[in-house]
Amino acid sequence: MTGAVNGTQLIWPAEGNTRIPYRIYSDPAIFATEMERIFRGRSWAYAGLEIEIPNAGDYKVTRIGDTSVVITRDENGDIRGFVNRCAHRGVKLCRHEFGNTRFFVCPYHQWSYDATGSLRGVPFINGVKQFGGMPDDFDRTDYALPRLSILTRNGVIFASFHHDMPSLPAYLGEVNTQYFDRVFDGRALKLLGYSRQLIPGNWKLMFENIKDPYHASLLHVFLVTFGLFRADQKSQVRMDPEGRHALLISQRGEQKASAATRDIANLREDFVLQDKRLLDPVKEFPDDATVVMQTIWPNLIVQQQSNTLALRQIQPRDPGSFELHWTFFGYADDDDAMTTRRLRQANLMSSAGLVSGDDSEVIKLTQDGVVRHPDDAGVLLMGGRDTSDTQHMVTETALRAFYSHYRSVMGFR
Amino acid sequence: MIDVALQLEVEDLYSRYGALLDDGPLRDWPDLLAEDCLYLVIPRDNYDRGLPLAIIRCESRGMLVDRIRATQETIMHEPRYLRHQITNVRIVGGDARRLDVVANYCVFEVLRDELPRILNVGRYVDVVQRREDGTLEFKEKRCVYDSVLVPNTIVYPV
Repeated sequence: MTGAVNGTQLIWPAEGNTRIPYRIYSDPAIFATEMERIFRGRSWAYAGLEIEIPNAGDYKVTRIGDTSVVITRDENGDIRGFVNRCAHRGVKLCRHEFGNTRFFVCPYHQWSYDATGSLRGVPFINGVKQFGGMPDDFDRTDYALPRLSILTRNGVIFASFHHDMPSLPAYLGEVNTQYFDRVFDGRALKLLGYSRQLIPGNWKLMFENIKDPYHASLLHVFLVTFGLFRADQKSQVRMDPEGRHALLISQRGEQKASAATRDIANLREDFVLQDKRLLDPVKEFPDDATVVMQTIWPNLIVQQQSNTLALRQIQPRDPGSFELHWTFFGYADDDDAMTTRRLRQANLMSSAGLVSGDDSEVIKLTQDGVVRHPDDAGVLLMGGRDTSDTQHMVTETALRAFYSHYRSVMGFR
Repeated sequence: MIDVALQLEVEDLYSRYGALLDDGPLRDWPDLLAEDCLYLVIPRDNYDRGLPLAIIRCESRGMLVDRIRATQETIMHEPRYLRHQITNVRIVGGDARRLDVVANYCVFEVLRDELPRILNVGRYVDVVQRREDGTLEFKEKRCVYDSVLVPNTIVYPV
């Protein structure tokens, strides 16, 4: 069975979801189709937090897939979104990442747009001294910027290039909505800051990584050493019915050797922190989960690891690289001790993470390994061949589910 | 008037700082910072906007020691060389015991299969203090980096 990709053909291996053909990590035509069908397709992409644009006229620029978009708050307080590209000649309209403005003015010929993306001003529209000017049939309403659908839920902004999208609960499914609302429970959020990485690997490797609990208790010596995530802990993998979103849920254990750590070559049982404030977690959610990693199609990871809360937004650049934008946050009612705790635990994550550093390194090594072998394939057999939820983390089920959905969107049968 | 001896003494602290990170021994690097130091590697955008998130945050020499141990024993990473260029060291305030010092820095990173690249570029915004034994140490060190995108990951302190 084959899937046609803009002139190239992809033959998905006969083993189905237990194989990943390496071509999907490096083929420019496949990448272009992903941008069209996944990121500009029927998906709700993460676009920001409401606290980033609290006032009328505030805006932020971000990317959905490889498309630059502007997210604004209009004079009525409603959140809007449009493509960051002047309707005249295609110039990138907005050059600042954050700001406040009434009009977005193109630097080239100063066409100006309001916060809804409507074209409001065209210099020399009636000519100068009776020369020039736009033709009589020029209608500004024909040149609004392409608008995005916008949805917010408890302070989080999602955007879509489609205009007949389901609600977020319908999109996420019941279980993923429940866990999304666990972190975004309606409390006001507090922005703690950003960090960004350019990771030299295909964007899907980031999702694979977070959907893969099998690696976490092997690669992440730091996590295992300090009992933050380990194969013998009570844990679950849960998905939506379509397999596009997933949850890895786990409960913290102790720093000790056990049958489950026997296979971990680098376990540092003798590693005692000199300053234990680095790992001083407190329980803050009603349930007992201490780690919940949620992957939301097509571009978002919601991270709760102990008390560090972060959103990771995946921005693909080309087949071989993506930007990972981290937004760390807490709640407006956090006391100073909790804010400091979140900031300390952030050492484990982001662009210099004691734990996530392993992931960016291994993603690069994966890309290095697969890029010259497009006709070979990776293997996803841990935990069987199916795509069901599990009550353990010795499984690649969420990767199989992800690729099952990916294949249906991409037409790779 | 520039106190030439003090200027050279401060610059020597920065030179030793860079040399320990680039050429080792790494285990001696935390000794250049105070027992109750604050060490941050923070994106300039966060710093300018008053957002507290740092990508490395150590609130004591103990945390620096833990960080170095983790880089050597727990973090999986490709072998690499670093090279610090530290320039424009300026004493901008302070008194006999505590000096406010700023400097520019650029850290090059070399991976075995790639050409050298700039890992991180920015400025140090520091507080340097004199110990009982007369030597200098960093009480606070903020590595405020301009280079928004981190190429893959920062493993060693900058």
